[in-house]
Amino acid sequence: MSLPIKFRPILLIFIFIFGTVAIALTSGVLAYQASLIPGSRLINPDDLVKILRSPNSTKPLMIQVGSHVLYTQAHIPGSEYIGPASSESGLQLLRKRVEPLPRNKLIVIYCGCCPWSHCPNVKPADDALKTMGFTNVKVLYISNNFGADWVEKGFPVAKGD
Amino acid sequence: MKQGTLRGLALILIVAGLYFVTRHLAVFPGTRGKGIAGQSQAPDFSLPDLTGQKLDLSSYRGKVVLLDFWATWCDRCRDEIPHFVELQNKYGGQGLQIIGVSMDDGPEPVLEFYQRFKMNYPVVMGNAKTGELYGGVLGLPIAFLIGRDGRISAKHIGATDISVFEKEIKNVL
Repeated sequence: MSLPIKFRPILLIFIFIFGTVAIALTSGVLAYQASLIPGSRLINPDDLVKILRSPNSTKPLMIQVGSHVLYTQAHIPGSEYIGPASSESGLQLLRKRVEPLPRNKLIVIYCGCCPWSHCPNVKPADDALKTMGFTNVKVLYISNNFGADWVEKGFPVAKGD
Repeated sequence: MKQGTLRGLALILIVAGLYFVTRHLAVFPGTRGKGIAGQSQAPDFSLPDLTGQKLDLSSYRGKVVLLDFWATWCDRCRDEIPHFVELQNKYGGQGLQIIGVSMDDGPEPVLEFYQRFKMNYPVVMGNAKTGELYGGVLGLPIAFLIGRDGRISAKHIGATDISVFEKEIKNVL
């Protein structure tokens, strides 16, 4: 296919505009996409439950980085509510909570507000902990939502604040 | 610029565009929920709207109510809002009333969103108790369609295509 020379500048302008918009929008979305968290940093619900039930294992600090209303309805026993990490205020609270901890502390963060690829909270939380130098962070992989992938599977649940 | 380079560039941009569309714009089918849906009575609630006024669900008895649990930080919830505005415009005169139940932690972002998206139906601030009344709202969005008799006729977990809502609404109007 050969494009006449006179149309090439128009095509270039079109590609430039389209590309700029696509990259801008895509980068905005990617900023919080949980799908970009490497598999090595994930932990499955089954594996976390094994750790929690094992009398000899070191218990992690578990932090819910989603909505308070969802946390109040159901959360992992022993986990703490911090605030949605998609907001700067939530991230500040997260940083403040973990600041005094040794950098090799096992920390598990989770949300479960939305299907994994749409969760706006876990990726910023993971990035923040990585930036702070934490080397033993796991992100709980919740495929659909906390109700379907944790509560309905009969895993331990606590309610309230 | 050589034509080969131009084609390569165009290909990269098309791939980037497709990636964006599939990641962000694609509507994933919601699932019809079990449990509370299926002709059970919709639990009543009284919750503050964005102006602080109490909204009682029972006061909408006689109308078809689409109850949408959502939050401003939930991208799939946000995607549905313009469609709900459209449905309210289209079927409000026939007795449809959409009610949003925000699961945000506070009303500020909701009010900002409400104005920005020119929402045309009431939004109340939800809480854990309301979520539990409706079988646990542990993932968003979740929508309930309530008939004129106050019974739940459908429950949708996750983003749902507007055509599904429209078909169900027409059936119960």
